Amino acid sequence: MTSYFSRLLGGREGAIGLALLAALLLMVLPLSLDLFRLGLVGKYITYAFVAVSLVLLWGNGGILSLGQGVFFGLGGYCMAMFLKLEASDPVSTAIQSTPGIPDFMDWNQLTALPWFWEPFKSLSFTIVAILLVPTLFAFVIGFAMFKRRVGGVYFAIITQAVALILSILIVGQQGYTGGVNGITDLKTLHGWDIRTDSAKYILYYVSALLLLGCILLSRGILGSKFGMLLLAMRDKEERVRFSGYDVSDFKIFIFCVSAMISAIGGAMFTLQVGFMSPSFVGIVPSIEMVIFAAVGGRMSLIGAVYGTLLVNFGKTMFSETYPELWLFLMGGLFIAVVMFFPNGLAGIYQKYAKRSGLLRRMMQPATNGSCARISSESKKMGART
Amino acid sequence: MFEYSMAEIGNIVVMQGFSGLSLFSVLLLMALGLAIIFGQMGVINMAHGEFMALGAYTTVLFSRFAVSHELVSHYFVFAIAAAFVVAFVVGYLIEYGMIRHLYKRPLDTLLATWGLSLVMQQCFRSGFGAKEVSATLPEWLLGSFKPTPDIDIPINGVFVMVLALVVTVGVGLFMFRSRWGLRMRATVQNRVMADAVGINTRKVDRVTFALGCGIAGVAGAAFTTIASTGPTTGSLYIVDSFMVVVFGGAASLLGTITSAFGIAQAQSILQFFMTSSMGKVATLMVIVGILMLRPEGLFASKLRK
Amino acid sequence: MSNTDFVLAVEDLTVSFDGFKAVDALTMYVDKNELRVVIGPNGAGKTTLLDLICGKTRSTSGSIKFNNQELTKLSEHEIVRSGVGRKFQTPSIYENLTVYQNLEVSFPQGRTVFGSLFFRRSAEVARRVRSVAEEIFLDEQLEMEAALLSHGQKQWLEIGMLLMQEPELLMLDEPVAGMSAKERDQTADLLKRICRNRSVIVIEHDMEFVERIAHKVTVLHQGRILAEGTMEKVQADDRVIEVYLGH
Repeated sequence: MTSYFSRLLGGREGAIGLALLAALLLMVLPLSLDLFRLGLVGKYITYAFVAVSLVLLWGNGGILSLGQGVFFGLGGYCMAMFLKLEASDPVSTAIQSTPGIPDFMDWNQLTALPWFWEPFKSLSFTIVAILLVPTLFAFVIGFAMFKRRVGGVYFAIITQAVALILSILIVGQQGYTGGVNGITDLKTLHGWDIRTDSAKYILYYVSALLLLGCILLSRGILGSKFGMLLLAMRDKEERVRFSGYDVSDFKIFIFCVSAMISAIGGAMFTLQVGFMSPSFVGIVPSIEMVIFAAVGGRMSLIGAVYGTLLVNFGKTMFSETYPELWLFLMGGLFIAVVMFFPNGLAGIYQKYAKRSGLLRRMMQPATNGSCARISSESKKMGART
Repeated sequence: MFEYSMAEIGNIVVMQGFSGLSLFSVLLLMALGLAIIFGQMGVINMAHGEFMALGAYTTVLFSRFAVSHELVSHYFVFAIAAAFVVAFVVGYLIEYGMIRHLYKRPLDTLLATWGLSLVMQQCFRSGFGAKEVSATLPEWLLGSFKPTPDIDIPINGVFVMVLALVVTVGVGLFMFRSRWGLRMRATVQNRVMADAVGINTRKVDRVTFALGCGIAGVAGAAFTTIASTGPTTGSLYIVDSFMVVVFGGAASLLGTITSAFGIAQAQSILQFFMTSSMGKVATLMVIVGILMLRPEGLFASKLRK
Repeated sequence: MSNTDFVLAVEDLTVSFDGFKAVDALTMYVDKNELRVVIGPNGAGKTTLLDLICGKTRSTSGSIKFNNQELTKLSEHEIVRSGVGRKFQTPSIYENLTVYQNLEVSFPQGRTVFGSLFFRRSAEVARRVRSVAEEIFLDEQLEMEAALLSHGQKQWLEIGMLLMQEPELLMLDEPVAGMSAKERDQTADLLKRICRNRSVIVIEHDMEFVERIAHKVTVLHQGRILAEGTMEKVQADDRVIEVYLGH
């Protein structure tokens, strides 16, 4: 059991890093920021779920998905559907031509609730759906792609196409999905008003705790033999296959896990912000989420969170003062990170920390296959710098 | 769908067919450029749509110049050439500055070129404004001709189609009949040997990339005859173009042509019978579905593994 | 389609790439505890033969039976799990992992997704890793990143990874390429040791090395068997001298 535990914590420096992050999210920020800004951080935290999922999928698995917005959106829409149904009880919607159904359905001349909305009246179903629907979706896509050995760039393009398909579908089917405006005006979760200040605080903490939980889960995965195999597959897929492993099974699994984590983020987003729209599902948001992970460090779970916070803070700051500049900056950021800082902030941090001898064991990601080392925290063979 | 008579359906098919052909032409040109870059070099250029927009904006500039100097009937052909040159040069510089450092990392090239597309979009926005702009077309491109009273074929559509075919044939001749084309194919097939026999493979890479971008520029010029251009116009066609290339099997010219034709036609016809968005969704879903069954695309040759 | 006592029975195997027959109606049998060396000029189909057996390439026709199990229908990892191990021409190891990790990953347990997630580092695994490391002369380098090994050591590591799998049939593609003379000696001893309970197929070009280890030699030429037998017999064969060994 101790080896499991130490795996989750990520060894000594992993535990410190996680503790610092937890302190930042759970203590420092809530104490120093006003509710409005804290709400922004809460939003960024939900994006960080996707960034963390990309560390698993892309950094470690070598699988670039340009469609994580799909899973974020699916989780978010499931939650939104539940909340919308709750907000559309016959009393509040009495003025509609058809009371008891969401307002946008009424505007689109629907007279009854579509069949696939019905189950979302139940909270337990909704929670299960948030976890399972995106996972199943990922399973289908992953199965079709990975079993046929489609990977790399082809896979990335196809995930992009899937994101496009879903976003167009959602926008086009206004009556069923709320169209381009999304599902808005969400009020209560099982009777609990999510718009009050105290609710915002609670939701912030829940999101932060869930994020930390997902990081622990990811650490558990990466520290196991599975994690080692994932890295091996990223760099030498053939060899892993010829060591007796069905590579596609592993890829499908990590794709599903990343989908589920992203979906949780989407659901928390809906709760915190009070709506969900297709603008989080398509190509542009999906690629933006990749840059969060890239800036923070695609190999570092904690780095990904910092990256998300940083880029989003920058975006908010710049979009207000210099909106034109922001697109330039973001484009430049993409290019700079890819060309000069492939391992993001985490990579820079480790380079300097190593120099100053602060940390004993490093985790250096493989950029082009040359000298790099993986520290397996559960290895008990003694350390060597 | 069933309220139309047979004759009407025939006319619809022909007209949709032709509107499909305009789409086909633009898609073909975009896909050609992409196929050269991706199929030959394995580089994903997410900014390819922006190179198309670059060609379109160049054409618009020429158009504005022509309008103020009363050269409207003559400028267009020069504009097309200029679109090619501008896109070619920019592509050349981009390859030199950015792409060549990333050849071993295709996924990273994807991200870096996405960043490039953002930068280019913002340049367009700053330079031309966020609203769409169009080129003033010369009179010989306007109007339509009617082979029968019920069928209306726009002239600009035919022009674009002819342009696309001319460029395709030109590219084919270049790739398979010229010395540069030979160098390009040699570099793709066996870089080490190509280097060894004295081909400057670095330069070939640069020219290949620039050529792909130049063709996108021509697509942009062609595009101005069909619609107006805005900063985000490039991103409208990028996914479709990738689909065309991947679907056709990235290494085959014939595959690209057939794939562009099939996809454009399918989309046009489907869009007529369903709503515009559902038509697009349906087309994309069919493509993705087929790719899941046959990932190497329709025309990939069986390689020795 | 006959039942055989041979560990490996390749019968009438053909693979054609766009008309070119890399392997042409090849029939070959390998015994238990045999060390078979396959030699032949470049392009004779040696590596292709190994590719076919381990599933990397699909045959056009013919059959490959391993312990009477038809391999042509199985996928690569299924073939490995049934007891076939393949070493590639260029050392194919996990550069970013340590020697210990390279060997551990090859332990034939925890091969499914959930198996690997919950795989325990038991004492048994550690013991096995150490004993294999000793066999492949890398017991002092267990903590070293594989990328830092010498070329010869990388070859040994790959052999070690295969040994961890406890295969019944081991296929090695040019195991001593790029090795020093001393390393070759060590490798020859290693190979003679490991074929005690298994069958081994080796592709090699170094004739001196082949002489030292081979029980039996098969000469391939243009996808077909040119000659087969002991080293002396093959070396004396006129056709072999003509095509490969030279005068």
